[in-house]
Amino acid sequence: MSGNGDSTSRRALVALGRDPLAVTGGVVLALLVVAGLAGSWLAPAGINEVDVDRMLQPPSWAHPFGTDELGRDVFSRVLVAARVSLQVGAVSVGIALLAGVTLGLFAGYYQGWLDNVLMRCMDVLFAFPVLLLAVAIVAVLGPGLSTAMVAIGVVYTPIFARVTRAGVLSVREQVFVRAAVATGASDLRIMRRHVLPNIAAPLIVQTSLSLAFAILSEAALSFLGLGVQPPEPAWGRMLYDGRGFITDAWWLGFFPGAAIFLTVLAFNLVGDALRDVLDPRQLTVSEARRNAG
Amino acid sequence: MTGESVATDAVAELTDLAVWFPTPAGMVHAVDGVSLTVRRGETLGLVGESGSGKSTTGLALLRLVEPTAGTVQVAGQDVTRWSRRRLRRLRRRVAMVFQDPQASLDPRHTVGASIAEPLAVHRLAASGTARRDRVAELLDLVGLRRDLAERHPHELSGGQRQRVGIARALAGEPDLIVLDEPIASLDLSVQAQIMNLLRGLQRELGLTYLFIAHDLAAVEHMSDRVAVMYLGRIVESGTPAQIWREPAHPYTAALLSAVPVADPPVQRSRQRIILAGDVPSPIDPPTGCRFRTRCPQARPDCAQTDPVLVEISSGHQAACLFAGGAVRAMRAQPTNASSP
Repeated sequence: MSGNGDSTSRRALVALGRDPLAVTGGVVLALLVVAGLAGSWLAPAGINEVDVDRMLQPPSWAHPFGTDELGRDVFSRVLVAARVSLQVGAVSVGIALLAGVTLGLFAGYYQGWLDNVLMRCMDVLFAFPVLLLAVAIVAVLGPGLSTAMVAIGVVYTPIFARVTRAGVLSVREQVFVRAAVATGASDLRIMRRHVLPNIAAPLIVQTSLSLAFAILSEAALSFLGLGVQPPEPAWGRMLYDGRGFITDAWWLGFFPGAAIFLTVLAFNLVGDALRDVLDPRQLTVSEARRNAG
Repeated sequence: MTGESVATDAVAELTDLAVWFPTPAGMVHAVDGVSLTVRRGETLGLVGESGSGKSTTGLALLRLVEPTAGTVQVAGQDVTRWSRRRLRRLRRRVAMVFQDPQASLDPRHTVGASIAEPLAVHRLAASGTARRDRVAELLDLVGLRRDLAERHPHELSGGQRQRVGIARALAGEPDLIVLDEPIASLDLSVQAQIMNLLRGLQRELGLTYLFIAHDLAAVEHMSDRVAVMYLGRIVESGTPAQIWREPAHPYTAALLSAVPVADPPVQRSRQRIILAGDVPSPIDPPTGCRFRTRCPQARPDCAQTDPVLVEISSGHQAACLFAGGAVRAMRAQPTNASSP
């Protein structure tokens, strides 16, 4: 978050590059981003090109992922659906990040009654099973992509609030924060300039892990028919539609399911690697290992 | 430093300051009735053991701790009840240098950003260029190369970091700089450099310092006047010459006798006053004189009467019922002192 040639972030990047799992995750994520940005342009067939003569064909050179019950190319639909997953991930985690960090920052900085009120509200949200809460919110707001994104954002807000608050509690006791108070800096300035940059590491890790869960949650909501509405392709929805053909046409469910699996795995790999790299104690362990070996 | 009215040359004045902290064990009387005046252009040394309340006294001058009682005046204005918003203006008038320069600099900020913080907070630079010029000027002042502005604190040595801390304190052109143990965490050789830098800056810029330290030699070297604190109170004050030559309070005498002399024969023949026991708890300070539980010359009166600072000679004060006499008696029979 502070950026500008910070040697810590440069060191973190170098360490990430040495981790084969992180590199694998990174490559998958890069492919996902390409698919998300250029999916409809790269897709060999239109996502809604219905062709009843080519219904339920197994994977072949012409249709690598086969065709569905309406003769649509599954590969093209999986490719295009990447955009939905990315969009959901970015928007819902964006909402959770913004709301959670703001709440956690104020709660941790001011403590006292504000902290109690905010964090007890977060605890209540946190107590609900993720999907149940998301379904309840969608039920109130009505199904659709945007309400699903809001619902997922709300559901993941408490975890960001908690991670942020925990970081703020340790950073605000640092002498450099007292030094900033002593120069006459305002609370907002101290939070923005001193506290936030120093808790960026756990937040970055949490963001990458939450992206995985947000995409998974969207798939679940779409599977339940509460997310993306047909004929727009979404992995969760495709999984649901393929359910009825699981014995005759396994490829209908397999490929969207594999896409979800790989995406979540990739975010988790990168998130775990980031956690190892950005945690200073972990860094010294890996440095020690390198020095020893 | 007694009840003298606000002298025109007073930069800061504390009157009967008390700072108490509530703890689970009870109320800690960190500072308990301290009055002192810092005059423009001088260095007032504040010396005492850890837990004597000297750092808390310094923090109170910036209102970084809430006074429980008493008043804090800076540049003739009573700031004791100032609001948070107004306090930001106070903190331009009074700056602070911290003990641990590593901890007091944000590890994520460049040296330049740290030094420029007061400029940004108080809008003292009209443009980015003006700010960079001022940072360069401040780096020159504290004897650092200008290109260090782009570095991060972890790339600097301890002495360089403390110079950055000093540059940051100078940035807002404060009336008073509180130096809270500024050399205590530095190497011996660097300590001397930093002290010389501080004295040079004072001469050049006419600065006023409150120099807080437990290192007696450093305080003697730096200060125009010295106040000795014990358990939240000032027990003696005067010029270094007065205090080092004629300590009037038994605590000061004991403190000074603990400083080794770099001359073996002299060191061997010196009389050392060894204090019995530990510093009493600031939660429940002794009645009467606070030092009486460890004072080799304590008499029954000391438990009854709380001594106030009395003038012994011009500008030299001590808070002891038997000021001067007790010290002479101690020196006459130093063996008494070492009995537990």
